[in-house]
Amino acid sequence: MMHQELIPHLFRTEYRKIISVLCTRFGFEQMEIAEDITSDTFLTAAQVWGLKGLPENPVAWLYHVAKNKAKNYLQRGNVFERKITPEIKSGFQYLIEPEIDLSPQNINDSQLQMMFAICDPSISAEAQIGLSLRILCGFGIDEIADAFLSNKETINKRLFRAREKLREQKIKIALPETSQIESRLDNVLTTIYLLFNEGYYSLNQDRLIRKDLCLEAMRLCTMLVENKITNKPAVNALLSLMCFQSSRLDARIDENGAIILYENQDESLWNPDLISRGGYFLNQASSGHAISKYHLEAAIAYWSTKKTDTAEKWENVLELYNQLLLIAYTPIAALNRTFALSKVHGKETAIIEAEKLNLQESPFYFSLLGELYRGMDNLKSKENFRKALAFIRSESGRQVIQTKLDGL
Amino acid sequence: MDEFILIFRHEDGMKVASPEQMQIWMKQTMEWIGGITAKNKFVGGNGLPFQDAKVVGYKGVVTNGPFGEIKETIGGYIIVKGDSVDEAVEFAKGCPVLQGEGNTVEVRKIAKGDGLH
Repeated sequence: MMHQELIPHLFRTEYRKIISVLCTRFGFEQMEIAEDITSDTFLTAAQVWGLKGLPENPVAWLYHVAKNKAKNYLQRGNVFERKITPEIKSGFQYLIEPEIDLSPQNINDSQLQMMFAICDPSISAEAQIGLSLRILCGFGIDEIADAFLSNKETINKRLFRAREKLREQKIKIALPETSQIESRLDNVLTTIYLLFNEGYYSLNQDRLIRKDLCLEAMRLCTMLVENKITNKPAVNALLSLMCFQSSRLDARIDENGAIILYENQDESLWNPDLISRGGYFLNQASSGHAISKYHLEAAIAYWSTKKTDTAEKWENVLELYNQLLLIAYTPIAALNRTFALSKVHGKETAIIEAEKLNLQESPFYFSLLGELYRGMDNLKSKENFRKALAFIRSESGRQVIQTKLDGL
Repeated sequence: MDEFILIFRHEDGMKVASPEQMQIWMKQTMEWIGGITAKNKFVGGNGLPFQDAKVVGYKGVVTNGPFGEIKETIGGYIIVKGDSVDEAVEFAKGCPVLQGEGNTVEVRKIAKGDGLH
């Protein structure tokens, strides 16, 4: 691999490791400096490797340079301190050799600590995802802007405010105490799930970007599963859910970025490996007594990996949605439950229930009604699909509804 | 929005249902509650098993079950949110308990504890 290709590759794999270690070492107070040093390391690599060719071990080279830059920075700080300190405390000379530990163990620990620190409810969900992409996933600002269909300035501002907030709140970069792990994990899992959904349901039509976000979310969750302290049932359930869902990633979007509806998907494009991994993690998730919403959603996602409509499938799905709504009501879950209800008890029953849901602001509400009326009262079906069109924001969603309308 | 309690009254708590029948009721109840939850109007609820039921009476006299003296027994309750008692009544109409003849669901508004009720 030439350095032109190698550097972007290493940027993706090593940036996040170096920055986590430096941030953990420097704290949020000097987070920008940690980011600068890390970026600067890659800039140096681009310059030096371009002139002198690739070093024997590029990763070790990067770590070495990052360490030196960090040490230089810290020592400059030390000199300043040593000049002032004698004025305050006379005669006490000390020099701390700043240690930057880039061992695999410390890299892993630092990344986990950063994960807990960033996924703090004091900053907005969007900012949590943005910072996660930047620090934990090593995305560039323009990549994040792409993912959010936004621009660099907006993202920079958002991240700037988030860092400020983390500083103000004096958020510590550390693993929570054992007694608090489960409750703090909640926040981390929420962010990971949002990151995944950002990819899965993204407004962005670029298939690669979307897949990337999903894979990053799964990678972060895998880190939690691989660590003894954070390997909890809910973590496994979330990973299982993401495995099941992502098994259809290649089948649900065509080359033009348009969504292919579940019933029209080519099952041979579903990834059997991810489906079986989903099953494995769902098994792992059933070790405790508590059932999280991720358990229920993973179980629903399991049934989605079976395309054939059976009474067993829909009765199970309906029951799971009933339970899910009890733990965590969301309009989408209410709508999906009503769809399952139509599969179990027929469309008439489901329409009566749907119309009582009181979700007249959601495009999904109208597209559900459009779907339920289809074949029963096509005029009403059209009417509802048209209302859905008026509400929907994403181009791919619009296409889906338009296709349904055209088919009526 | 007010909260209402829906109390299930069974005419004869001594009737023994088969496990299959129990399972069907359980499922129907889950679905009924699912429908209320889907409207985001479910607050909570519980079943009240007849087993081990006691009645504590005047001067602390304890008797088994409520079945001896009174015909009706309470089998469970749920609490729902509603804009009016009528909405709560609509929810109550779907309660599977009402499939048993003589059974009733009592709908009562829950006092808000703000000193006005």
